Amino acid sequence: MHNVELLNITETADSNISNKKAENKKEKIKVDKLNAFFGNVKALNNISLSFSENTVTAIIGPSGCGKSTLLRCINRMHEEVSGTYEGIISLDDENIKDNDPVWLRRKIGMIFQKPNPFPTMSIMDNVTAGLRLNGIRNRSKLKEIAEQSLRQAFLWDEVKDILKQPGIALSGGQQQRLCIARTLAVSPEVILMDEPASALDPLSTNKIEELIFELKKSYTVIIVTHNMQQAARVSDYTAFMYLGELVEYNKTANIFTNPSNKRTEEYVTGRFG
Amino acid sequence: MNNLMHYKWRKTKNIIMASLCFISAIVAIVPLFIILFYTISQGISSINWAFFTQMPKPAGETGGGMANALAGTGILILIASCFGLPIGIFSGLYLSENEGSIYAKSIKFLVEVLNGVPSIVIGVFAYVVFVIPMKHFSAIAGGFALGILMMPLITGTTLEMISLIPHSYREAALGLGIPRWKTTLFVIFPAALKGILTGILLSIARVAGETAPLLFTALGNRFWSTQLDQPIASLTVFIYDYSKAPFDDWNRQAWAAALVLIVLIMIINIIFRFVTREKYA
Repeated sequence: MHNVELLNITETADSNISNKKAENKKEKIKVDKLNAFFGNVKALNNISLSFSENTVTAIIGPSGCGKSTLLRCINRMHEEVSGTYEGIISLDDENIKDNDPVWLRRKIGMIFQKPNPFPTMSIMDNVTAGLRLNGIRNRSKLKEIAEQSLRQAFLWDEVKDILKQPGIALSGGQQQRLCIARTLAVSPEVILMDEPASALDPLSTNKIEELIFELKKSYTVIIVTHNMQQAARVSDYTAFMYLGELVEYNKTANIFTNPSNKRTEEYVTGRFG
Repeated sequence: MNNLMHYKWRKTKNIIMASLCFISAIVAIVPLFIILFYTISQGISSINWAFFTQMPKPAGETGGGMANALAGTGILILIASCFGLPIGIFSGLYLSENEGSIYAKSIKFLVEVLNGVPSIVIGVFAYVVFVIPMKHFSAIAGGFALGILMMPLITGTTLEMISLIPHSYREAALGLGIPRWKTTLFVIFPAALKGILTGILLSIARVAGETAPLLFTALGNRFWSTQLDQPIASLTVFIYDYSKAPFDDWNRQAWAAALVLIVLIMIINIIFRFVTREKYA
């Protein structure tokens, strides 16, 4: 049953890619000459790349290469740990620094490595947290959005009868899908995922990957991952980073079958990192 | 051979140290049991329903109770809470939000200093601020002194409990586009609330037992009074006055009041255990 589902989704996703490829995809996020710092320590060195609409881009590289920092610059979460950056990051050709970070983060959602549902809230309250805390009170509307988001995150059938139970009572994989639903509920345009499956078992990982396939129909997805098979499975484009630099950025198939840089080849074949 | 000797010597040292620690632990709790035993044996005979419901009798007469002192302690704690809790909690939130800044660090240091200031000094301060301008002792002045004692305790626990909340919750909320102040107030604070509540209970238990700062602020009152600008009775001052008095019956009542106070504080501590137990289950 599970496999059949996976196949179906893969097919629709594939046809989706081919449809979209006919069009010229819009560049959703552009990163231009980005240098990021933690105090005086430089974490990213002169990174330039862009992420297209309705694609999944994977960022891979050994620990400490700056891939999470790049991700956290995009929704200005980097600033929350007193980090700074130079260069320009733009969303729809608008510099993200021109807007309030609170507004930006409603457009660019983020999923973290460890599932982090709010501990004091029920499943329902978790999903609607972003809306409620931004002033939406209409109960029927909240309920509607909650159901829609939970369905989108493939979680609705598992939780529809226990919406009042605490979010942290769910299994790890369910919690992560709850976090995804929570992010979807504020209807972002871009979703950043920081190793979203690295704390999960293989089955839950599978579900998250299926979900990523679905998500790219409506969103721009950028995923940081340590798992190269995962990058190969879910992404359309892959960026390989090493020591704070962008080594290679290309279609995923090219990165894994015919990398142009020697380091990339060594990394994807598991010879270092 | 040498090895065996070494082994035996090591074992002996172990036994000596372990016994020393055990004896110290016993010695540490013995005073508690002596106090409890003595208070119960002296005070239990004076504890009856009238003791909780009646007013003190005039000097020389036997019987009577400490209803006014019980109510007074309640009112004093209420005043102290009204003023110590919000300031303590909000300053704790402020410190946790700005943990790195030099300004927050120095405030944190000063709060710790305030925590170490002897309670009698705080009583003198309240005397200067309230009693001198008002020209008489009052419940407000007493509550103010107790509130100042509470403040650093509450600030400390708030800060500590909030720093126990994983940073990931804050990031999750900020990542949803929730403003920072709402993140703190509606996501972080509720997660830390249980710990903060226990801190509040403990600080109430602490100030309920204070006498020194009340002696020259709330003073005490032999009559029923709930007026905030008038002197007010309290359990601790009741104990202080009655234990000095030259009447056997009053001395017995002082013991009884002490017993009530100890039991009250123990109840608060038990509630505290109960509240925290769940958290680490």
